Amino acid sequence: MTDVQYVAPRTLDEAVKAFAAASGAAKILAGGTDLLVQMRAGILKPGLIVDIKKIAEMTAVEELKDGGFRIGAAVAGAVLRDHARLKKAWPGVVEATNLIGSTQVQGRATAGGNLCNGSPAGDSVPAMVAAGAIVTIQGPKGRRDLPVEKVPAGPGRLNLTPGEIVVCFTLPARPKGSSDAYLRMIPRTEMDIAVVGCGVSLTMDKGTVTAARVGLGAVAPTVLLVEEAGKALVGSKVGAGGLDDAALAKAAAACSAACRPIDDKRGTIAYRTKVAGVLLKRTAAIAAERAGRN
Amino acid sequence: MSDKTSAANSANDNKWIGQRTIRPDGADKVTGRAAYAADTTMPGMIWGKVLRSPHPHARIKSINTKKAEAYPGVKAVITAKDIVEFPLDKSVMLGIQDMRWMCRNVMAREKALFAGHPVAAVAATSEKIAAEACQLIEVDYEVLPFVIDVEEAMKPGAPVLHDFIKHEGKPSNIAGRLEHKLGDVDAGFAKADVVIERTFRTAPVHQGYIEPHACLVSVSDGKATIWSSSQGQFMVRAMCAYLTGIPQNDIRAIPAEIGGGFGGKTIIYLEPLALVLAKKTGRPVKMVMTRTEVFHASGPTSGSFSRIKMGATKDGKLVAASGTFCLQAGALPGSPIRGAAGCAFAPYDIPNVFSEGFDVVSNRSKVAAYRAPGAPIGCYGTECVMDEIAEALKMDPLEFRLKNAAKMGIKAAHGPVYPRIGFVETIEQAKTHAHYAAPLPKAANGKLYGRGVASGFWFNAGGESSAQVNVNEDGTVVVITGHPDIGGSRASTANITAEVLGIDYRKVSVLIGDTSTIGFSNLTGGSRVTYASAMVVTQSTEHVITILRERAAKIWKIDPDAVIWENGEARPAGDNAGKFEPLSLAQIAAQASATGGPIGAGKQLNTTGAEGGFATHLCDVEVDQDLGIVRVLRYTSFQDVGRAIHPSYVEGQMQGGAAQGIGWALSEEYIFNKDGKLDNPSFLDYRMPVCSDLPMLDSVIIEVPNPKHPQGVRGVGEVPLVPPLAAVSNAVYNALGRRFYALPMSPPRVLAVMDMKQAAE
Ligand SMILES: Cc1cc2nc3c(=O)[nH]c(=O)nc-3n(C[C@H](O)[C@H](O)[C@H](O)COP(=O)(O)OP(=O)(O)OC[C@H]3O[C@@H](n4cnc5c(N)ncnc54)[C@H](O)[C@@H]3O)c2cc1C
Repeated sequence: MTDVQYVAPRTLDEAVKAFAAASGAAKILAGGTDLLVQMRAGILKPGLIVDIKKIAEMTAVEELKDGGFRIGAAVAGAVLRDHARLKKAWPGVVEATNLIGSTQVQGRATAGGNLCNGSPAGDSVPAMVAAGAIVTIQGPKGRRDLPVEKVPAGPGRLNLTPGEIVVCFTLPARPKGSSDAYLRMIPRTEMDIAVVGCGVSLTMDKGTVTAARVGLGAVAPTVLLVEEAGKALVGSKVGAGGLDDAALAKAAAACSAACRPIDDKRGTIAYRTKVAGVLLKRTAAIAAERAGRN
Repeated sequence: MSDKTSAANSANDNKWIGQRTIRPDGADKVTGRAAYAADTTMPGMIWGKVLRSPHPHARIKSINTKKAEAYPGVKAVITAKDIVEFPLDKSVMLGIQDMRWMCRNVMAREKALFAGHPVAAVAATSEKIAAEACQLIEVDYEVLPFVIDVEEAMKPGAPVLHDFIKHEGKPSNIAGRLEHKLGDVDAGFAKADVVIERTFRTAPVHQGYIEPHACLVSVSDGKATIWSSSQGQFMVRAMCAYLTGIPQNDIRAIPAEIGGGFGGKTIIYLEPLALVLAKKTGRPVKMVMTRTEVFHASGPTSGSFSRIKMGATKDGKLVAASGTFCLQAGALPGSPIRGAAGCAFAPYDIPNVFSEGFDVVSNRSKVAAYRAPGAPIGCYGTECVMDEIAEALKMDPLEFRLKNAAKMGIKAAHGPVYPRIGFVETIEQAKTHAHYAAPLPKAANGKLYGRGVASGFWFNAGGESSAQVNVNEDGTVVVITGHPDIGGSRASTANITAEVLGIDYRKVSVLIGDTSTIGFSNLTGGSRVTYASAMVVTQSTEHVITILRERAAKIWKIDPDAVIWENGEARPAGDNAGKFEPLSLAQIAAQASATGGPIGAGKQLNTTGAEGGFATHLCDVEVDQDLGIVRVLRYTSFQDVGRAIHPSYVEGQMQGGAAQGIGWALSEEYIFNKDGKLDNPSFLDYRMPVCSDLPMLDSVIIEVPNPKHPQGVRGVGEVPLVPPLAAVSNAVYNALGRRFYALPMSPPRVLAVMDMKQAAE
């Protein structure tokens, strides 16, 4: 182990500069609930740590004029939980972020860190994908936006160029009759990693689904946007018993078909493939029920 | 809320025994003041770290420590050469451990036998430097084929770990065999109307204590002091003496407060290494395992493969049972086959029994004791088969158990003829409890519900204990025993001493002595501590009372026989003894010097008469049939504890055992990757239940006093882990209509079975 340098810049520009200058030897520190664990385990040995929690832009939740939200990449889960209007508009995104870890972890863990850690099992990511979040990235060459599902490149790998930092997530304005939900399968009731995670966001008009997006986690090298599943839900009628069974079955089948999972200590291929469909049905039902109230 | 001890059961007029007195260690533990081994520190202290084998099986051709020794900050490097070697051809036993195996377990000698096996250790000025220096040690390994699974290890052609171990004349991984026989099983099965034979598998599971192994060792002037976390300071001393050649009188082992052991701290890992490093460097050496090291290298219990056959007549009488239990010992022999083969059929009156156990070595860490070692594995299969027979006979499963329950006078296959035992009472109370009558929820929303029952047995143990009871000058009392307190023994000891002396328990302090301040006391294990220390403490206290009576007699100038001890006071035995105001303990203590000197007494015993413990458990589960998740909704344990000296601690034991058993049944397992390395060495992926996974675990204390014990105590701590594996399995069967014959019943396994069921329908 070598000695580690630590900087906590006040502006994004300084952060990008320091991060880029260290060319690969540096790591961004948000909540540290992945980074510090990995350092302790000897997996990572950064020469420089750039703490982004002192940058105002990255630690704020902002309500946009059009009704959307901008969530700084370094905002801790506990802050999202206490944001009543965000929670009303995007209950799925907030519940997904709040599933990360425990009360203690919630005081630190961020959606930015969850995305940038690059785990296909990160809980907030499928919800962000379903929400259609746009990620703003800043690097030595300036700013750019990416749909959230385009950010991960594979387990632990991102489509970011050297020196780039994730600045914030932008969630679009919500039409009437919209809501979202996130469910994950874990063997325990808490303190576990998703074996499958599923986010669903949908909009309903007069009892018919007019728009739907589905994000699936832990079933492929990256979190997936399952467009076929969203399409299967669009046009379906919501009756007294909730979403139409045939549409749900079709969307569930699309989720299972999209899976490219691995067999590992946390779950088998067969298990993950089946459970992706089960979770889609359950998550969509919750999202539809919530949307019906909005 | 737990059920109250039923009044009928606790017909006693005790003042302190049976009270939920405030635990003496509570405040320190919840405020973080309790001193665990990892909290110790000394001036000049340096750190030790272990280099571990990355291979599950490899011959060690050479070890080059030169670079590590030259690394700045490094003070010493040791290998197996620095540990006393016990030749393979001569067994040297210490309790259940053979020093031939211990010397090879603490440091790999000829071969590395599991991934995580220590091959060298370094002491350096910081933990970080020690860890870095470990990476500079060059070990030349000849990598060998490995085998981990117990069934695989028994197959012909499996890689053999030790060529000196022979079975039926050939080198084999079968290191030992044991059998119990009663009657004639073939004749018994011939009489049976229903015979069920099944194969069961369980995964290796870890004890999961919160506190990783830790020690600090200082050597000065040839004398060693060891602070460590263990279930027995005398075991630590004796093993360290063996492994270093230092005589026992030159080693002082001080027990630190212990953060859980469950059997896993009845052996040592770090202490002899730290001792050798401390001796070499002249500096105090501290070693603390990481959680990963705990998982890789400290003993989980055995994985198992067993075959059980049981037969009963139409009217529900068991006539024969046979069982073969193959247990994974890990790198070196010593799996708990006695517990598996001995306890499996012990709850029942079966005239014909054949039970055998095989101790099988394989390339994982050496097995260590885990709460009722082997018994949960044995009873798991038996109790599942019991359930199947009851169903085949259309009998209520508790009724079937009751009909066959062992009672006083029955001879058990493992040897004893039972004295008065309380097994029947556990079944009867389960049968009439509100839990058994409560309706299960109706299946809905993809959730199915089921209820299961299972019983279990554990031997319990007596053995050596020592105690010293001293009356202080102010009339308070200090009791010293020799057992690390892992289950509330200090509180129980205070209750007993206060009861016998007739004083307020707050006047009694209980301390745990180290190896030089109290006489030999065997391990905290086998559910023996409250049992055995109650005996020595009672006898010591009775001796103190004799002294107190003598002192009163002296003050009153009458015969000691004319003085009685009552309610904490000396009183004249009757009117003809003379008329004197009673003398309190404090009054006598104040005059101790004048009447003959300090007042105190000690007793040392090899206790016997620890009779077996029995329990019956009820379990309700909910199964999510689309996700395969099993949740326990309600759980009630019924256990004959003899006498609950401190009911809260007894309930804590019952609840803890149930919780661990539920984990064993549903989620805990060692998962090895294709390279033979443990793939889940953390609490994230080694899934012990968390609080929110479990309902309140109810416990019903049943007191059928042990006639051989002054307070009627039977061991309590281990029986609770015996029934849960089958109780949960039987409940899952009741919910799904399908049986599982392997644990854990993790979601992927449950779903796979559900899918098979759907395909068949
Ligand atoms: C006890 C425990 C329980 C956990 N439970 C869960 C769980 O249930 N679900 C789950 O999904 N995760 C879980 N995690 C993992 C972790 O908490 C989450 O992934 C969390 O969201 C990480 O956020 P962070 O702010 O702590 O990230 P950090 O550790 O600070 O960063 C994570 C990674 O992302 C990089 N990074 C962070 N921010 C940026 C940025 N703005 N731009 C570029 N790179 C960046 C860092 O360099 C690092 O590589 C758990 C962790 C612990 C310790």
